[in-house]
Amino acid sequence: MSEHVNITIDDREIKVRPGEKLLWAALENDIYIPHLCAIKEESRPNASCRLCFVEIDGIDYPVAACTRQVEEGMVVKTRSTKVDRLVKTAFELLLSDHNLKCSECPANRNCALQRIAKERGLKLKHNRFKPIGREFELDDSPAEFAFDRSRCVLCGQCIWADRVGAEAWIFGFANRGIDRVVTTFNNLPLAELKCNECTLCVDACPVGALYYKREQKV
Amino acid sequence: MVTANKPQDNYKKMFEQAREQVQSRQEKSRVLIGTASCGLAAGAEQVKESFCREIESRGLDVEIIEVGCIGHCYAEPLAIIDKPGFPPVCYGYLDEGLVHRLVEDFIAGDDPSYEYALAALERNDEFPTFEDFPRGVYEKKVILENCGLTDFSKIESYIAREGYSALAKALSEEPKQVLEEVKAARLRGRGGAGFPAGTKWEACMNSSDDEKYVICNADEGDPGAFMDRSILESDPHLVLEGMILCAYAVGARQGYLYIRAEYPRAVEHIQKAIEEARKKQLLGSSILGTGFSFDLQVFQGSGAFICGEATALVNSMEGKMGMPESRPPRLVEHGFRGKPTVLNNVKTFAYVPLIVNRGAKWFKGIGTPDSPGTAVFSLVGKINNTGLVEVPMGTTLRQLIEEVGDGLPEGREFKAVQIGGPSGGCLPESALDVPIDFDSLHEAGAIMGSGGLVVMDQDDCMVAVARYFLEFTQHESCGKCTFCRLGTKHMLDILTGITRGQGDDQTLQLLKELSEDVRDGSLCNLGCTAPNPVLTTLKYFHDEYKAHIEEGRCPALVCRDLILYYIEPPKCSKLCNVCVGSCPTEAIYTRDDGLKAIDQDKCVKCDNCRKACPPEYNAVIKLSPPVLPAEKERKAK
Ligand SMILES: Cc1cc2nc3c(=O)[nH]c(=O)nc-3n(C[C@H](O)[C@H](O)[C@H](O)COP(=O)(O)O)c2cc1C
Ligand code: SF4
Ligand code: SF4
Ligand code: SF4
Ligand code: SF4
Ligand code: SF4
Ligand code: FES
Ligand code: FES
Repeated sequence: MSEHVNITIDDREIKVRPGEKLLWAALENDIYIPHLCAIKEESRPNASCRLCFVEIDGIDYPVAACTRQVEEGMVVKTRSTKVDRLVKTAFELLLSDHNLKCSECPANRNCALQRIAKERGLKLKHNRFKPIGREFELDDSPAEFAFDRSRCVLCGQCIWADRVGAEAWIFGFANRGIDRVVTTFNNLPLAELKCNECTLCVDACPVGALYYKREQKV
Repeated sequence: MVTANKPQDNYKKMFEQAREQVQSRQEKSRVLIGTASCGLAAGAEQVKESFCREIESRGLDVEIIEVGCIGHCYAEPLAIIDKPGFPPVCYGYLDEGLVHRLVEDFIAGDDPSYEYALAALERNDEFPTFEDFPRGVYEKKVILENCGLTDFSKIESYIAREGYSALAKALSEEPKQVLEEVKAARLRGRGGAGFPAGTKWEACMNSSDDEKYVICNADEGDPGAFMDRSILESDPHLVLEGMILCAYAVGARQGYLYIRAEYPRAVEHIQKAIEEARKKQLLGSSILGTGFSFDLQVFQGSGAFICGEATALVNSMEGKMGMPESRPPRLVEHGFRGKPTVLNNVKTFAYVPLIVNRGAKWFKGIGTPDSPGTAVFSLVGKINNTGLVEVPMGTTLRQLIEEVGDGLPEGREFKAVQIGGPSGGCLPESALDVPIDFDSLHEAGAIMGSGGLVVMDQDDCMVAVARYFLEFTQHESCGKCTFCRLGTKHMLDILTGITRGQGDDQTLQLLKELSEDVRDGSLCNLGCTAPNPVLTTLKYFHDEYKAHIEEGRCPALVCRDLILYYIEPPKCSKLCNVCVGSCPTEAIYTRDDGLKAIDQDKCVKCDNCRKACPPEYNAVIKLSPPVLPAEKERKAK
């Protein structure tokens, strides 16, 4: 196998590691593609946020960049009418299930959703879909951090950090369909579990769902 | 390497034995009773008891055998009487009295009581067979050929009709031969998507891994679909033989049948079949005396609809949450336990022994060039002959509904047909000449899916139908990916609003766009196909959507918020007060003139009064939009 493969993204020719997923190849070359759920070290992609769509020459529908390995000669476009439409809808769907109050949020100005909005010219506030308005209880039992599920985008980053980084197995997904949540064993407060407050999960959270209390606004 | 004709010789002995055994059984009269799940629901168990009682009390020597689905579910309970000297005759709508009569006149006497017969099963000079019916002209039984005609509990019945001879034949040749035949036959997967089975098998065969798996998908979670269950219950060895052939072709030594736990009879029959096959060395180590070994096990599924999806099914078998994964990698590369795995539907496997025995050319002689073979449907809804049917691919929907299903009952007017279960589409009259094959249905916006086919008439509201199916898929969404988790929820909310008359043109536009995005953006096929009922009804029945939102009117008089119940004074009779007692909320009162009327504030729209009003009056009607006509006489309570 050769040392690198040549691909073209948005007319830029780049050399990337063979076997690399398209998403990471782009990001590492400073080409932005929206993403929330992708984990570089995980070989099997989550592919659940559905934000990382791109167009690949020869494939007539948008493809999730986190699921595709680079191939020699691949020609990729990060934007197209179809891509933009899917990304906009996915983004707005996520926000219809999101407690949007940036000014009160610890992640303000350091938030993956805000970044996507900025990069793609999308509005955080929109009225295409009615807010779903799920109610959650805040878990502020740990000393250093807190978990506000009303801002969670179900990206799974905390679960990976908790299992692979901390090996604590505190977090997991629960429930099906619209009721899907990130939860703890028996839905117990974090302080009652063997969480040692390594805060790897907090650092992994791309939005303001897991946050340091010291950064809390109100 | 396999020695020349050892499997064939071994098989021959087995076959002779089985044939003798079966023939000796056929020397006396036999009663075959359809006790598949639907027969049982219609009272097959009582019918069986009646037969036993009647036969015993007369001291007759008759064998009573339980068989699977005979395919004429509309006439359940069903039985076939096979008496030497007569053609086997099938009787329907059985009850105690009829059983008494048949035993007395036919089994004890010699009068087949043809007036009660549905059809004979062999050509004869006295009574028509099923093939002589209009339905029979179009029907082509391939994988259902022996369903309901064979004693599923005895492996000998299967062997005596040359069952497992395809296996013997294959084992005396190279594995590649089986693959070549299946490829040449262009067999496409019957689990819904129609992916070529040969392509899948070849990829698995080519893998150098020496641990491989063959899995049969019998999750069948579509509401209303029961053909996989029927085949498993009625002809279990056909499926087992297909799986063994596949294992031989791809080089697998272990296989599983993923059967939903709600199918206890299917599980029981398959388990019994596996045991019997093992005893005969048709399963297990050195099959038919060759060096080929393969064993099978049943895995009982948890019942979630999504577990029928290939990657979710594997996850669930591995003890993980039954949730889909993104593909590639495909299962043939990275399947069960990370090993190359072939996953096929029950029906897909059922074709394989027949293809190996009769050849690819025979198979391609049925159906269309791109979709060879047959399609199995369960006909339900507003259609005369409900039940399981098997027709060649390429049969048009019109032929299927009008000829095979004998059309709609008196007074019913065709409106739409929903094909492929909750992920399928609703097609109108103008699409009825579409030939049934994977690609034509897909083009029309429907899918073959699980083969559910629901016929709908003027009393079915297309918005309510779309909402009903979407409610199912939304409920079954695993929640992993954004489009399906949230998109189907918003679609459902919009549809619910429309059934209440809420919305405008923009709402319909949004519903259409969102449906398309869910279709294009979801991770797995549940989300990608969930919008089909919505998109097809929006396309073909746009006016019905418009009537709801623009006029607040449900043309089919179904959507509760858009109708009211009304007693037409000219039709109501002063001598009658039947409806009054039927009303659970005491909403019906007597007017000053002695006729009845409904207090709209109390009415909960339960439909009781309409059903209760005697047919000679038929005075209770539904009105939409829900506006009361101006009336002279009201008052009084
Ligand atoms: C939500 C969902 C449910 C499914 N359920 C079934 C099922 O019950 N039975 C089945 O054979 N295939 C089902 N499938 C299709 C399978 O994923 C897979 O394509 C099929 O089993 C492959 O077999 P085939 O090639 O023989 O059709 C389902 C797919 C989806 C997306
Ligand atoms: S998570 Fe991001 S988008 Fe959501 S409220 Fe906080 S800053 Fe705003
Ligand atoms: S808490 Fe944060 S990291 Fe965890 S799933 Fe939710 S958004 Fe992702
Ligand atoms: S499409 Fe639906 S069922 Fe499939 S992975 Fe996404 S959420 Fe789950
Ligand atoms: S529809 Fe039901 S509640 Fe209404 S008047 Fe008739 S019986 Fe009473
Ligand atoms: S049942 Fe019919 S006819 Fe009789 S009182 Fe009621 S509406 Fe009138
Ligand atoms: S990053 Fe690709 S789907 Fe989430
Ligand atoms: S199951 Fe009874 S005839 Fe079909």
